[in-house]
Amino acid sequence: MTLTPAELTSAVSGGIGTSPQRPDGNLKVRGEFAYASDLWHEDMIWGATLRSPHPYARIKSIDITEALKIPGVYAVLTHEDVPGRNLYGLEHKDQPVLAVDIVRYQGEPIALVGADHPETANRAVKRIKVEFEVLTPVTDMETAADDTPLHPGGNLVRHVHIRRGDQNAEAEVVITGRYEVGMQDQAFLGPESGLALPAEDGGVDLYIATQWLHVDRAQTAAALGLPEEKVRLTLSGVGGAFGGREDLSMQVHACMLALHTGKPTKMVYNREESFYGHVHRHPAVLYYEHGADHTGKLVYVKARIYLDGGAYASSTPAVVANAATLGVGPYEADNVTIDCYGVYTNNPPCGAMRGFGAVQAGFAYESQMDKLAEALNMSPVDVRIRNAMTEGSLMPTGQKVDSAAPVAQLLKLVQDKPMPPPAVNDLRHMPGGVSNTTHGEGVVRGVGYAVGIKNICFSEGYDDYSTARVRLQMVGGELTAMVHTAACEVGQGLVTIMQQIVRTELGVERVTVLPMDTSIGNGGSTSASRQTYVTGGAVKAACAAVRAKLGDRTDIGDEVIDETVEWRHRATEPLDPETGQGNAHVQYGFAAHRAVVDVDTELGLVKVVQLDCAQDVGKALNPQAVVGQIQGGSAQGLGLAVMEEIQTADGKVRNPSFTDYLIPTVLDMPPMNIDVLELADPHAPYGIRGVGEPPTISSTPAIVAAIRAATGLALTRVPVRPEHLTNT
Amino acid sequence: MDFLRPSTLAEALAVKAERPDAVPIAGGTDVMVELNFDHRRPAALLDLTRIEELRTWTPGLRIGAGVPYVRIIDELGAQLPGLAMASRTVGSPQIRNRGTVGGNLGAASPAGDTHPVLIASDAVIEVASVRGTRMIPVDDFYTGVKRNALEPDELIVAIHLPPAPGPQQFAKIGTRNAMVIAVCSFAISLHPNEKRVGAAVGSAAPTPRRARDAEDFLSAALTWEAPKPLLDSVKREFGELVSQAASPIDDVRGSAAYRRHALAVMARRTLGWAWQEYLEGEQACA
Ligand SMILES: Cc1cc2nc3c(=O)[nH]c(=O)nc-3n(C[C@H](O)[C@H](O)[C@H](O)COP(=O)(O)OP(=O)(O)OC[C@H]3O[C@@H](n4cnc5c(N)ncnc54)[C@H](O)[C@@H]3O)c2cc1C
Repeated sequence: MTLTPAELTSAVSGGIGTSPQRPDGNLKVRGEFAYASDLWHEDMIWGATLRSPHPYARIKSIDITEALKIPGVYAVLTHEDVPGRNLYGLEHKDQPVLAVDIVRYQGEPIALVGADHPETANRAVKRIKVEFEVLTPVTDMETAADDTPLHPGGNLVRHVHIRRGDQNAEAEVVITGRYEVGMQDQAFLGPESGLALPAEDGGVDLYIATQWLHVDRAQTAAALGLPEEKVRLTLSGVGGAFGGREDLSMQVHACMLALHTGKPTKMVYNREESFYGHVHRHPAVLYYEHGADHTGKLVYVKARIYLDGGAYASSTPAVVANAATLGVGPYEADNVTIDCYGVYTNNPPCGAMRGFGAVQAGFAYESQMDKLAEALNMSPVDVRIRNAMTEGSLMPTGQKVDSAAPVAQLLKLVQDKPMPPPAVNDLRHMPGGVSNTTHGEGVVRGVGYAVGIKNICFSEGYDDYSTARVRLQMVGGELTAMVHTAACEVGQGLVTIMQQIVRTELGVERVTVLPMDTSIGNGGSTSASRQTYVTGGAVKAACAAVRAKLGDRTDIGDEVIDETVEWRHRATEPLDPETGQGNAHVQYGFAAHRAVVDVDTELGLVKVVQLDCAQDVGKALNPQAVVGQIQGGSAQGLGLAVMEEIQTADGKVRNPSFTDYLIPTVLDMPPMNIDVLELADPHAPYGIRGVGEPPTISSTPAIVAAIRAATGLALTRVPVRPEHLTNT
Repeated sequence: MDFLRPSTLAEALAVKAERPDAVPIAGGTDVMVELNFDHRRPAALLDLTRIEELRTWTPGLRIGAGVPYVRIIDELGAQLPGLAMASRTVGSPQIRNRGTVGGNLGAASPAGDTHPVLIASDAVIEVASVRGTRMIPVDDFYTGVKRNALEPDELIVAIHLPPAPGPQQFAKIGTRNAMVIAVCSFAISLHPNEKRVGAAVGSAAPTPRRARDAEDFLSAALTWEAPKPLLDSVKREFGELVSQAASPIDDVRGSAAYRRHALAVMARRTLGWAWQEYLEGEQACA
C-alpha cells in the first residue's frame, strides 16, 4: 500500500490517518456482538408476516378467523389495521405496508401475526386464508413499459435521456454489444430485525437495524398516523447492509403490532424471508454502441439501458440517473446519447445496492472497451488510457470533473503489480478446489483489466446533509468528548472514524460515541459512500464550533461545551429533463482492477488467482478500514462476476437460501495487492473521497475480461456460469 | 418434542421399535436445518451420538454410521482414498466435524457426496432393528429422491467396504470453490484383482446411480495384466457412457446439458488419474 504521509498530525494518538482498533471487532469475531436479532424485552411478543406466494394476483378475501383461534396469538392484522397512510417508499409512495386488493411480487406482505412465541406466530400465519385470483405477471424489463400497467401511470418509473454533442457523429470503428446483469443480493449476514416498544405517550420506540433512521421514521410515522416525534428510533446492532436496509422491511409491521397489543414486539426474518424482505440490485439489459477513430479515441457513445425495478419503485429513479450519467464510464466522449429506463415488473423489488446503477453500466462499458481494444489490436489498458478522463474532463452531463481523476494512473498501478506465479499443483489453488475436478487439465490463465467511476453522496439537487453534536466536559480531570449523530454504523467503521476526527480536531483522547438515534437531527443515509464525507464533515464542523468556545484551554472546570451542527456538502443540480445536462453529482470516485484467473475451460470452472486494485481515496482517514472496504467491495464484485444471482422464473425466486445463492468463500477470494492513492479533493473535508462503492464496480468487469482472455468467449452476461463457458 | 438419548445400540433399537416416528440424529447437519426451517416437526429426536459402536471403525473395514467425516479423512484416508476425497468436499470444517456417512445415507439426497464412492466401491450397508440385522448392498439402498431402503424401525449401523483394492478417485462440480452442493459428481474405483471397474454418478439422476455400461466397457477395455497408457478413445467412450448413465434435470444449480457434459469430462479425467496411479504402481512392483 502506498500512502502519502499524513499531512495532519494529531496531538493525541488514534486520530485521523491512523487505524485504531474498532470497538466492535473483537466482539464480532468472538460472536459476542449484540445484533438486532439478539434484542430481547421482558414480556415481548413475536411478529410474523404472511407473504404472497404469487408474483401478481388479486386478493379476493382474507380470513383471519382460524389464525386468531390459536392460543398465544395476540393479534392478526391486515391492511385494515394500518392506522395511517398505507403507502410508503423512498422516492415514490407506491408500496403498501400491507397489501390491499392486489399483490405485485412474490413475498409481498399481506398480514401480520403477533404471538407469544415465534413458532406460534408462524403457525398462525399458516392459518390465515387468502383467496387469490392469480394474474399473469409482467417479467420482461424490455417490454414492461408497454405491458399491463401495474401501477397507476404505467410501468415506466423513470427515463433519463442524455443528449450531448453531435447526435449524428460517425466513426471509423463501431463496436456494438448487448449485455445482461443478473439480480444480485446484498446478502448481509444479519437478517432484518427489530424490537418495537409501545410508549406511554401513545408513541413507539423502535430498536432497529437500518441504514437511515430518519427516513425510516418519516415513513413509519406516516404509516402509523403518528407525529414524527412520537416515533423514536434507535439503531441496533447491524449485520451488514450494502443498500438492502435503505427501504423499510419490518419497521412499520413491528410498530403496528406493538401499538395494537400494547406489548413489546420483536420481529426477525429468517434467511429465506430475508431474501423476500429486502430489495435487490436491479438486473439490467444494456445495449451499447461505441464509435472510435483508428487510434482508439472515442468519437461517440450510445447506450440504451433497461433496469428492472420490480414491483415497487424504491430507489429506482436514482439508480436510473446513476446508470445514465455514469454510463460512459471514466472516459472522455464528446458525443453521447443515452436512454436509461427504470421499469416496474412483477419481479422482486430492486433498489439500493453498493454501486447503485454504476455497477450495471460498468459491466457493459468495460466490456465494450475490451471489444474496442480487440478490434483495434490495442492492449486493453492502452485503449482505456487513450480515453481516460482527467481532472477537468467533462461528464456526459456536461459537468466538469473538478478534482483528481487519476484514471490512467490507477490503470498503470494495477498493470505494474507483480503477476502471480504460474498455477501450482495444489488442489486448493485450482478451479474447483478440493472438489478435485482438475489437476491442471483444461486450465488456462487469463488477465483482465477494468476501471470504474462512481458518484459519491446524494445527487440531483437532493438536500444532502448530516447533523452532529459534540459535547466537551471534564471527566476525572480530563477533557472528554462525546459525539452524537443519527448516522448509522452498519459495520463500515463510522464509530471509529468519528472518534478519530474528534481526537484530531480537539486533541482529546477520550471520545465516547452515543447510540445513534432520532433524538438528534438527520444523519442521512449510510449509502452512496457518503458517511465519512458528510457525517465526518458534520463532526468536523461541530468540533470547530466547540473549538471556538474552548480556545486554548485544557481545563474547563464545570463548563460543558455542547455544539450541534448541520453540515451540507456543496449543492448539486437536477438534470435537465430534455438533455440530461447538469452539475448533478458532488464528487466522483475511481478504482481500477486487474484480475488474474485460471479457467478450467472444459468444465467452465473459474478460480480467481489474484485481484489487484488501485483506488484514489483522497485521504485515508483510517487506512486499515479503507483497505477493508476495497477488499470487501472487490469480493462483492467477484461474486457478481462468477456466482451471485437471485434466479427468477415467472417472477418467482428460485434460490432464496444460502444453499443456492452462493457468495464467495475464503477459497474463492484471492489475495489482493492494493494501492491507495491520496489525491485530496479540495471540496471535501480532509480531501476525502468516498471509498465503499468504487471497488465493487471495476472488480466484476476485470474478472470477466480475464475469463474472456482465457477462453476467447464473448461472455455478455454476469454472473458467468459454467454453462456459458462450456456452451451447455 | 422428546429428545431420546440411548447409550447403547440395543437401547436405541428398542426405542426405534417402540417409536418408529422418532427421527435419528447423528451430526445433525441435515436434521437441524430441517428443524430450523420448520420443514419437519418430529415428535421425537433419537440422538445417536452416545452410542460408541456407531462412532468406531474396525479393520476390514466396518465403519460405524456415526464416524464423522473429519475422522474418515484423517484416519482412513490411506485405506479409503475415494471416500476420503468425497468427505473432503463436504461442506466446511464445521460440517465435516459433525457430519457422518450414516447421516448422508439417512438423508439419501441425490446430491450426497459419499454415495457415488460407496457405489463404485461396492459398499454394503448394515442396518438393524430389534428384528435383526440386514446387510443391504448399496445398489439396493437408494430407492428414490431422498428415500432409502430403511424400514421405520431400523437404524443404519455401519458401512462395510474393503480397503481400496486399487486406485480410487472422486470429483465434484460446484459453482464455487468450497462449501457447495454438488451440481454433479463422479466416483471411480479400480478393482485390479477382479479386473473390474466401479463407476457411479451423483446429483445427476433421482438417486445416486451406478454407470453400469461404462463399468462393463472399461473393465473389458483396460489392459490389466500388461498395463499400457490409455488410449484417448477409451477415455472418451468411458466418458460418454458415464454421461449416458445419468438422467439429469435443469435446475438452479445447473442445466441438464452441462451436467451430462461435466460428467463425461470428470469421468475421463478421473480415469486418467486412476489409471496413471495403477501404471505407476505396477511399474514400481515390476
Ligand atoms: C452448510 C452445510 C453444507 C453441507 N454440505 C454438504 C456437502 O457438500 N455434501 C454433502 O453430501 N452434504 C452436505 N451437507 C449435508 C450434510 O452435512 C450431510 O448429508 C451429512 O452427511 C449428514 O450427516 P449428519 O450426521 O449430520 O446427519 P443428520 O443430520 O444427523 O441426519 C441426516 C439424516 O439421516 C438420518 N440418520 C442419521 N443417522 C442415522 C442412522 N444411524 N440411522 C438411520 N438414520 C440416520 C437422520 O434421521 C436424517 O434423516 C451440508 C449441510 C450443511 C448444513
